[in-house]
Amino acid sequence: MHENAEPASDAGTADDFLVMRGISKSYGGVHALSDVDFSCRLGSIHAVLGENGAGKSTLIKIISGVVQPDRGEMTLGGLTVAHTSPLQAQAQGVVCVFQELSLMPDLSVADNICITDPPRTRFGLIDNRAARRRTEELLARVGCEDIHPMERVSNLPLSRRQMVEIAKALGRNPKLLILDEATSALTASDVEKVYAILHQLRDDGLALLYISHRMHEIEALADTSSVFRNGRHIETFRKGTRTDDEIVQLMIGRDLETVYPPKPKRDVRPDPGLEVKHLTWDPALKDISLTVGRGEIVGIGGLDGQGQRELLLALFGVLRGVQGETFIDGKREKIRSPAQAKADPINMALIPEDRKTEGLMLPMGIDENLSIAALPQLTRGPMIDTAAESERIEEMIRRVNIKIGNRHDPVATLSGGNQQKVVIGKWLMTGARIVLLNDPTRGIDVGTKQELYRLFRELADGGASILFYTTDYDELIGSCDRVFILYDGEIVRELTGDDITETNIVSSSLNLPTGNDAEAHA
Amino acid sequence: MTALKIDKPIAIGIVFIFAILAVGTIYTLTHIGTAPLLQPTYLIQQLHFGAFLGITAAGMMMVILLGHIDLSVPWTLTASAMLAANIGGVTGDLTGLGVGLAVGLVNGLGVAYLRVPSMIFTLGVNTVLLGLMVMLTGGHAPQSAATDLMLFIGRDRTFDVIPHSVVLWILVSAALVFMLTRTSFGRYMYAIGNRESATYLSGVNTPWVIVGAFVICSLCASIAGLALAGYSARAFQAMGDPYLLPSIAAVVLGGTHILGGRGRYAGTVVGVILIVLLQSVLSLMQMDEAYRQIIYGAVIVVMLLIYGRGDRVQS
Amino acid sequence: MKTLRILIGQNLGLLLAIGMFVVLYALYVGMHPRYSMNVVTQNGNEMLALIFVSMAQASAVLVGGLDLSVGPLMTLTNTFGSHVLAGTGGNLILGVLACLAVGTAGGFMNGVIIVYGRIQPIIATLATGAFFIGLALLLRPSPGGRVNGDFSWALTNDINEFGYTYGWWEDLGWFGLLPMQFLILLLVLLAVWFPFKRTVVGRGVYAVGSAEGAAYMSGVQVDRSKLAAFTLAGFFAGCAGVYLTLQMGSGNADAPQAGEYTLRSIAAVVIGGTSLFGGVGGMVGTIFGAMVLRAITFIFRVVPEDSIFGFMASPLLQPLFEGVILLLAVSLGAARVFRIRNRLLLYT
Repeated sequence: MHENAEPASDAGTADDFLVMRGISKSYGGVHALSDVDFSCRLGSIHAVLGENGAGKSTLIKIISGVVQPDRGEMTLGGLTVAHTSPLQAQAQGVVCVFQELSLMPDLSVADNICITDPPRTRFGLIDNRAARRRTEELLARVGCEDIHPMERVSNLPLSRRQMVEIAKALGRNPKLLILDEATSALTASDVEKVYAILHQLRDDGLALLYISHRMHEIEALADTSSVFRNGRHIETFRKGTRTDDEIVQLMIGRDLETVYPPKPKRDVRPDPGLEVKHLTWDPALKDISLTVGRGEIVGIGGLDGQGQRELLLALFGVLRGVQGETFIDGKREKIRSPAQAKADPINMALIPEDRKTEGLMLPMGIDENLSIAALPQLTRGPMIDTAAESERIEEMIRRVNIKIGNRHDPVATLSGGNQQKVVIGKWLMTGARIVLLNDPTRGIDVGTKQELYRLFRELADGGASILFYTTDYDELIGSCDRVFILYDGEIVRELTGDDITETNIVSSSLNLPTGNDAEAHA
Repeated sequence: MTALKIDKPIAIGIVFIFAILAVGTIYTLTHIGTAPLLQPTYLIQQLHFGAFLGITAAGMMMVILLGHIDLSVPWTLTASAMLAANIGGVTGDLTGLGVGLAVGLVNGLGVAYLRVPSMIFTLGVNTVLLGLMVMLTGGHAPQSAATDLMLFIGRDRTFDVIPHSVVLWILVSAALVFMLTRTSFGRYMYAIGNRESATYLSGVNTPWVIVGAFVICSLCASIAGLALAGYSARAFQAMGDPYLLPSIAAVVLGGTHILGGRGRYAGTVVGVILIVLLQSVLSLMQMDEAYRQIIYGAVIVVMLLIYGRGDRVQS
Repeated sequence: MKTLRILIGQNLGLLLAIGMFVVLYALYVGMHPRYSMNVVTQNGNEMLALIFVSMAQASAVLVGGLDLSVGPLMTLTNTFGSHVLAGTGGNLILGVLACLAVGTAGGFMNGVIIVYGRIQPIIATLATGAFFIGLALLLRPSPGGRVNGDFSWALTNDINEFGYTYGWWEDLGWFGLLPMQFLILLLVLLAVWFPFKRTVVGRGVYAVGSAEGAAYMSGVQVDRSKLAAFTLAGFFAGCAGVYLTLQMGSGNADAPQAGEYTLRSIAAVVIGGTSLFGGVGGMVGTIFGAMVLRAITFIFRVVPEDSIFGFMASPLLQPLFEGVILLLAVSLGAARVFRIRNRLLLYT
């Protein structure tokens, strides 16, 4: 054991602000947290790592007052606390910035930021002007002076909304600030702003808890890191005392072979499965032409919001007024709806951006979610062939390795990674030959990610054409045979083979000329 | 979705049915000395009349499962009956059903394609139908009599014991249960009620499913209207009004979630029987309309308190 | 300037409702053969009960619910009022307060059932609506009762009449020609709604209607805001009942009328720019929405029979046209469907 690692059963030292002892929480038969001891101190950024289902979310919910533990106790600054609501926790100085945004879309920025404790006039009514001033101060603090306090939140793009969320949290004067995947929706420049703010807050003496799946973020920010696995606190260690591989091992608890499955070597250009020519959709897509061959995984990269999402939606028939031509296996098709895209002869699939609202019917069973897209193939006349359906469902659960209790359970009971597997399984059941992936591994644990990479490569090897949009450069490099970089709705670069490097990806994303391309862009 | 599994709402509903029968019987025994509630002829009569609500509620359930609602049922029911009686003969019958088909299509188009909230769109359609009927009837009660088919399904009985309306109700029920549990259309309905965006992105033609559900609802209202006019031997003004709120109540009491996505058809049947019995017991007890309304409202609230509770919104 | 742009953008629904009303009422005035301030007062008389009922509905809708008992609660208050509004002076004032209390209590009962019983508003208020009608029937099995004549006259005419009835003033110039209904409405808005909107609980109503989960996470007292919204709805329904009693001079447990008012209140709320999903809109828009509905009825009364629109004057066709216009008005919102180019946005 490294000398800088602390034993996980540390009962807390004198300058710890938050101390949790023997905390346990179960949902039905699932032990979300088992006998956890955990502590963090003021003036430090403390990262919490772990796969989905490791217990991080439950830990955060207990600390921030959203749920109560079944057993164990918690102290803040020496005083024993038992928060029964987020409001109570906030009164004690515990503030959480959530991944699921806690903003009311129809209210203004100022109303959202000041909602719990707005400034009041003499008569107890809300002082709108003072609220607006307070809002402007907080927005300036997070470097977002360009946001108008009276703007309706629903009119703001996702990354701006996240910044408002952070400003709102700061407005509560936290002593302990918790960020749960708070940067996943941010643009790169906003991420930098947030890092600066967090460092400043740490220097000001706040305790910060930071949950993220992104290794490079943890390295940039965290002074201390704790790893959770299967509801238990495994280890806490200081910055720089563990390598990435060691950390991942702690999280998964088993040996890793390779992260990505090997890419096949190709001499001949494969037949085109999906081809688009001059695809245009005002204003997000401009004259896009690309080909995905049978058996290829083609990546789409670039900065957030350059049209990648719109490209996938356009291909799947969701957008109206798309110009250009689409060819499936060489034949021209005009795709007007997802129903048409799914059916023969196109056989397309889309793994959407937000699994909870776009990919799954959460209260319905795992089995019903799995079969919903493939039902047309499972019917005899108007009736569903329940025997065939059942068989195919079992098969898919095995193939995609979904960990479930009973297949009739609502899919909402599954962890994020398993939920995503259900979404993918749903589309595998249709026998899709063209698969569009919209950031499929966002917010998913490392172990599941690896399974998914294997699955994608398997699919490709079986002859499917895969278009893989991801915000993670590692994935582009590790999974994709070719990569297209989008900038401002246009393809600015195509990278193949050894050219797929982080440098090339980054510089193309910023639309900078790279090496031997300098003449082309001049 | 096994057919014989007993649901909590259905179980509670059945208990309440027996409770109502018990209370009513005790009352009649002590006040009149007889127990009409326990007599088969009386019960059959209740079912005979209750079938009209049953068919209406069956259609309403389809729409509620989607997370929508159909407030055009009252005048769809009335218009179908009035037009059918007025035109007469088989043409009249077909016209009546045609009204249901047309209204369902219009509702479906408005909700599925124009994306107008169903509550407000069907409300508007109801008002239009009312206006049309006022225009056509000159504001008076229509004089024409019910057609033969209407009499057959609404009034007639076989062997004087089996009301045709009940047979019709059973047929409608069988068809809908089959659709809900065995067809992909039914599966899509539950899916849309749970999460329309995910269903759409799963490649389901969601607008057609919505249109289909509204057509079924309006057709059921039409059929109920024709049958009801047959029972009364004629169509009459505002005959559909007493069927709106009770049909919604029956669906919800039967365990179907008002926001859609959950519910079993057996529950709706239980809900209908419950309401029909409740209303008949209250009139047997010769309660004033006032007390009937009070008890009706209170019973619904109490039953929902027992099992209809939603979850506290946590996150 | 940006503030102004944002304000306009966020209140488009309201502006549209105001515009619709202005156009329709102008048409009405233009076609009216003998338009005068008397007509304004008569119009106000017919509008105010519906306006209050619509305000009640708006209160429930803003918090993300719906109240099917607003009409019945108005009827209940009406029948109650027919018993207690016959006195004079102090008794009369107490009677008015008692009526408002009945309405408020009904709304509070709705709120308790919905919040603590955790029953969906639409079905809960469907049940309580029946309950209220039953109570109303107990109070007035057949139409009857009395209302203090002076009081009802004073409050259903213009300000001059109000002063004249009690011997306080006779002529206040142009101000005196304003209808009392306008004053009453203004009073209720200023004394009740605008202050409420600026309280934490009132702001919470909008928050809960917009996104209940987010509001809870933000520490909003969700239960309190919901309870307040439904109680306020009851209060406004009570106001409607009081005014209806004054207007009619008697109490009538008219269930069909209650149902009609309820359904019209929903239409008024939508026309006025308030979203049925909650969180967006407000009272002013709703008031104009109700006025738009009434204006449509008025127009049909004055359409000259020898004009091209003469056929519309037929009383047989009026309900049809009202229905068609209502349908068109609420489908106006559908225009956005044709502008949206990302279909996914339609389904969220």
